[in-house]
Amino acid sequence: MNQEIEKKVYRGRIKVPYKHTAGAYVEKFITEIGKNNKIYGVKCPKCHKVNVPPKMICIECFEKMEEWVEIGNQGIVKGFTVITHSTPVMPFEPPFAYGIIRLDGADTDFVHIIKESDPKKLKIGMKVKAVFKENPRKRILDIEYFEPI
Amino acid sequence: MDHFEGINFSELMCGIEAAPGYLKPVVKVATGGTTGSSLAICGYHNVASGIYNNVLVIGWEKLNEGGATTGIITAFDPVWERPSLAGALGPLALMAGMYSAKYGITAEQAAKVTVKNRSNAANNPFAHLQMPNITIDYVMSSQMISYPLRLHDCCPQSEGACALIYANEQETKKITDNPAWFHAVETAHYYTFGTDDKMYDLPTATIASKKAYKKAGIKNPVKDLDVAEIYEPTSWSELSWTEALGFCKPGEGGKLLDEGITQMSGEFPINPSGGVLSTNPIGATALVRVAEAATQVMGRGEKRQVPDVEKALAMGFGGSLWTEILILGKEPLR
Repeated sequence: MNQEIEKKVYRGRIKVPYKHTAGAYVEKFITEIGKNNKIYGVKCPKCHKVNVPPKMICIECFEKMEEWVEIGNQGIVKGFTVITHSTPVMPFEPPFAYGIIRLDGADTDFVHIIKESDPKKLKIGMKVKAVFKENPRKRILDIEYFEPI
Repeated sequence: MDHFEGINFSELMCGIEAAPGYLKPVVKVATGGTTGSSLAICGYHNVASGIYNNVLVIGWEKLNEGGATTGIITAFDPVWERPSLAGALGPLALMAGMYSAKYGITAEQAAKVTVKNRSNAANNPFAHLQMPNITIDYVMSSQMISYPLRLHDCCPQSEGACALIYANEQETKKITDNPAWFHAVETAHYYTFGTDDKMYDLPTATIASKKAYKKAGIKNPVKDLDVAEIYEPTSWSELSWTEALGFCKPGEGGKLLDEGITQMSGEFPINPSGGVLSTNPIGATALVRVAEAATQVMGRGEKRQVPDVEKALAMGFGGSLWTEILILGKEPLR
């Protein structure tokens, strides 16, 4: 920006705190990962697909899903990217990877962090395992990250 | 948009010296990346329904005063996605990686999209990044941002505005003897969480375009349409979207480009304006696609004009992987 324009610019900063009524399904999932280091999904009574993250209604059958099923804490990487640019809202200092993970026993995908920063060491189809946080804070990041196995 | 600049800018809508909305029935529409196409569709509904005779539709953005990621982060689920996916580029990078792994599309083919679009932009006086001499090497040696996306695989953040005038059939005659006619508009969006989507093949583009083609009587889009202005946030997206829009079969986006079909000199030019890879004022971006499609249909594209355009397609894309499709024609659809 040139100096003449810069003189006329007003700089400000706002914080935008928010609350989000996440619901009973989020509560159950987050409690299980934090307290028991177990990952749960919900099963559709009609198509029998296990949804992780859990949601109340199956988006294909419109059925209410109420059957909770424990699934594995390992899974397959279906896609990834390596973040190299840092911004203040990131959970880790880059580089690290975001991955799409199909957990063992689930029929939908789950996005989470993979602690591997070298794209050459990451492969679609590779196995990863959840590493849980020692002091849970009732957040999805109570699964701290996934690591390649 | 409030999301991006953090400011409501009421004066832009109702200030007497700005857009002439003072004491008029102003409606504000903001749907993220699709804002421009949502605006275009709302304008169409307002006039086609007979509620208003004339409507002025304006899209704008001042990204120099805000940031794309700040706004786009709000499109992601706060519990499941904000800590582990949110932002402008992470999800697009994931999509590019999955798409390339699925179909064997190369980084060089992606770079060729940037080269095509930014050299097209040199013919468009309104484009932000005009690069007539850009090369594949230049794109492929630019900084890695979010693997596999390099700096020049990504759209810029721009400032800009775009306006369209709508009128019903009677009113149009008072304004111009060379209007662009609406043939079809469609919207599709479908997920609860990001990973409900396949994250490649953009299913909403297939759903929306199929419905639009049916309405507009289009059987083979590459033959029946003459030009397309599509919303490609990255070079990889253009290849994938051309497949999703039915311009070629799944996995053949790279081939379509390599055969030169989507070049300015090809059978079916895509993004003669330079596309989103050249200019991206988000709230205006999808409206620019519609305006450029209209420009082509009206034959007013000057150096970027494709010869003899009868029908043009415009596409909007945005957060939550929405797609909006508009088809315009030189003659009204009867």
